[in-house]
Amino acid sequence: MSAATMNLHAIKAIYLFEMARTWRTPLQSILSPVISTSLYFVVFGAAIGSRMQAIDGVPYGAFIVPGLIMLSLLTQSIANASFAIYFPKFTGTIFELLSAPVAWWEAVFAYVAAAATKSVMLGLIILVTAFLFVPLKIEHPLWMLLFLVLTATTFSLFGFIIGVWADGFEKLQVVPLLIVTPLAFLGGSFYSIDMLPPFWRAVTLFNPVVYLISGFRWSFFGFADVGIAVSLTMTLVFLCACIAVIAWIFKTGYRLKN
Amino acid sequence: MQPIIQISGLSKTYASGFQALKSVTLDIRRGEIFALLGPNGAGKTTLISIVCGIVNPSTGKVLADGHDIIRDYRAARSRIGLVPQELTTDAFETVWATVSFSRGLFGKPKNPEIVEQVLRDLSLWDKRDNKIMTLSGGMKRRVLIAKALAHEPQILFLDEPTAGVDVELRQDMWKLVRRLRDSGVTIILTTHYIEEAEEMADRVGVISKGEIILVEDKAELMRKLGQKQLTLHLQAPLAEVPEALAGHGLTLRADGTELVYSYDTKAERTGITALLSDLGAAGIRFNDLQTSQSSLEDIFVGLLRANA
Repeated sequence: MSAATMNLHAIKAIYLFEMARTWRTPLQSILSPVISTSLYFVVFGAAIGSRMQAIDGVPYGAFIVPGLIMLSLLTQSIANASFAIYFPKFTGTIFELLSAPVAWWEAVFAYVAAAATKSVMLGLIILVTAFLFVPLKIEHPLWMLLFLVLTATTFSLFGFIIGVWADGFEKLQVVPLLIVTPLAFLGGSFYSIDMLPPFWRAVTLFNPVVYLISGFRWSFFGFADVGIAVSLTMTLVFLCACIAVIAWIFKTGYRLKN
Repeated sequence: MQPIIQISGLSKTYASGFQALKSVTLDIRRGEIFALLGPNGAGKTTLISIVCGIVNPSTGKVLADGHDIIRDYRAARSRIGLVPQELTTDAFETVWATVSFSRGLFGKPKNPEIVEQVLRDLSLWDKRDNKIMTLSGGMKRRVLIAKALAHEPQILFLDEPTAGVDVELRQDMWKLVRRLRDSGVTIILTTHYIEEAEEMADRVGVISKGEIILVEDKAELMRKLGQKQLTLHLQAPLAEVPEALAGHGLTLRADGTELVYSYDTKAERTGITALLSDLGAAGIRFNDLQTSQSSLEDIFVGLLRANA
């Protein structure tokens, strides 16, 4: 094996190892997000939604579907990827990864691909669940899939960074809980940011999650808070930023090697 | 023949300021069992961790089978297997899955025959479908060895392989290590048990406070160990060793009250009989005698003390 070639066997091994973890814990991995999403639909869609007026002609119950999927996608991508790299650090089994003939980007690719695969599967499961509660039509299914995959990938990368940075279970929870969940809730999961007063609308535009949800919602209904090109660009910018941080982590050995 | 591992000028200072290695230079010969002996905190694990890529060196260079461990890390690492000191395993995985995973991680295609062979060699075959957390400590250590061997490495690092291991498993481990050596694998083991170095190693290196203070063939070391000293407590002190006894290589100690004679217990003739009869002929009388043997432990402790 020369330095120029890729260690495809390693990528496959890590990917399958991580996926196997999902199948071992189907309740935690699949059932619990489905149940919590169903609760959102019952509360916001059926109970409250029936008293809300339609937004741009879309019933409220349907309007929140993209936001709900994004909410789960963000939190699950981060949880999957951060746990995947944090746990070996915690138990010490990371020594094997560090001593293996694996390039940093190969390891990241495998971990992130596995975390993103799980989130995308989850997003699709939630989408199917949504069909049971509300009438739904997807205008641009391919764009929807693209946003699903891009968002899952980006936030899995972000989760990977958190997993490397965290040196305790508390830190592992802090960022998703204190930063990501508020950003997701305030990013228009349950409303159109056009409903906000102009000042708060301007503030909201600094929230990266707005662009994700907006783009995703556009793929469903054909309208959005911000332009699709802007959504896509912002998503890609965040993706590249995460890759840059991870490259730096592995170059310096930050929190992995001393 | 080119050494399989060449370490030159390797130093490591941790962020805390602690200098774990001080310009270590060491060659490991192809196919040998090398025991790195040293007290806790001497730098054994740091040295191994750098060679295996887990710790970044501060300065210095390491070649594994001619490949720079940093520039050409893929080639270097694919030749190396590491069994760490701590029992770090994936609790929820089966033995088979974790060993197969290691093989893939180190870039080798799937090969159930080899995994089976490794598991059989380590008496793990019956446990292949067991989750690792259900295994005993000794079995977990075997799993770690199996993981390290799954990609058929040429170099195997065993960090404290028998720490906290019962006698039977230790014997098994030693047998396994010899079998691996016979199949051409170079083995570097760290230990603070001298008997382990004595039992296993072809060469012994002693490390203390981040410095290699001795590297020697074990046979040479054992020859030194085979030396015994006979001390005769004289009735009357001597000013110098008498002419008649010059051929025996005697030394005088304790103000001429003790005559010391060194001999090789493994030699055909120890020369003791001749010495005693010559002493009698020279009229030298003694009221006590004792023999003593320096063990590897003595040498080791002596070295450490000198280094302190």
